[in-house]
Amino acid sequence: MLNYLWAFMILGGILCGALMGNAETVSNAALESAGDAVTLCITMAGIVALWTGLMEIAKEAGLVERMTKGIAPFLAFLFPRIPKGHPALAHISTNVIANVLGLGWACTPVGLKAMESLADLERERGNPPHVASPEMCSFLILNVSSLQLVPINMIAYRSQYGSANPAGIILPALLATLISTAVAIAFCKMMDRRVARI
Amino acid sequence: MTQMSNFIIPAIVFLVVAFGLLNHVKIYECFLKGAADGLKIAWEIVLTLIGLMMGVGILRASGFFTLLERALSPVAALFGFPAQILTLLGVKLFSSSAATGLVLDVFGTYGPDSYPGLITSIVMSCTETVFYILSVYFLAAKVTKTRYALTGALLSTAAGTIAGIFLAAGMT
Repeated sequence: MLNYLWAFMILGGILCGALMGNAETVSNAALESAGDAVTLCITMAGIVALWTGLMEIAKEAGLVERMTKGIAPFLAFLFPRIPKGHPALAHISTNVIANVLGLGWACTPVGLKAMESLADLERERGNPPHVASPEMCSFLILNVSSLQLVPINMIAYRSQYGSANPAGIILPALLATLISTAVAIAFCKMMDRRVARI
Repeated sequence: MTQMSNFIIPAIVFLVVAFGLLNHVKIYECFLKGAADGLKIAWEIVLTLIGLMMGVGILRASGFFTLLERALSPVAALFGFPAQILTLLGVKLFSSSAATGLVLDVFGTYGPDSYPGLITSIVMSCTETVFYILSVYFLAAKVTKTRYALTGALLSTAAGTIAGIFLAAGMT
């Protein structure tokens, strides 16, 4: 996906620049933005390191484990048909907590494991394995709805670009996240009920 | 709202450190270990950012965005924000790193505290890369019939986006 997007940006940009007589600005822009990217990452590095350092403390202190236990009732509400103690539930809760804490790089591997164990569950139920189960749909819709509590990357970008208050977006972003997640949950519950009726 | 936001990061830092101390964690060593991981992540981001910011820089200098904005501006004008935001929303559905290039472009042009800058900050914080997540995760489970997953994902993204636009308007 990114291959095509990038090819389009570079090739389309250069062609368009040549046709519109902007060849010189294009050449300057290419060099300048490559330099800007490095400057930005130096700011990023500090803020991200601060966050991952804190999260390491949280993990070591058992905070992450405790949160995983804490969301068990919520997961039982969202995924009532997954048997208690099934490995899928453990993977899902780790993925959700990693999402909430903004540990993006930790979400995907465990999320993929959750999908695999949900596929196992479908096999155990004797359903065709190539059809998404309601649990898979709910899990993915929840993931896409974004659960992140503190958008740390966005704060870092804002601070690099001279925002007067980089962290000022936390609360509005949290509100918007709650709204998208609420819509996701309502939709999943509605579809679940419809599936159960059939 | 911004004032309350300011308390969130210090509160999290305080709680995590206090909780670590109460649980007899070697907090400083732990912090350093985690921070090292953070640097690794930032280093990986450097490479993608160089590629993508260069791509966006070229597109922008070429006049492509001006053309695109002219085409999209009647739609964007309905909502009262620049057409660039529409491009950004579209790209975000596919690739988070490509969207980051455009985010920085919006910040550079309008500033992060302007109305377009705030929309960008909020909406990018509350949405995910719908098509990327669905394709990677369904591939892992070897699922080909995805049923209502995409509908739900787009619905929730739309809800977050609309909420983000209204919240940004409320802050300016």
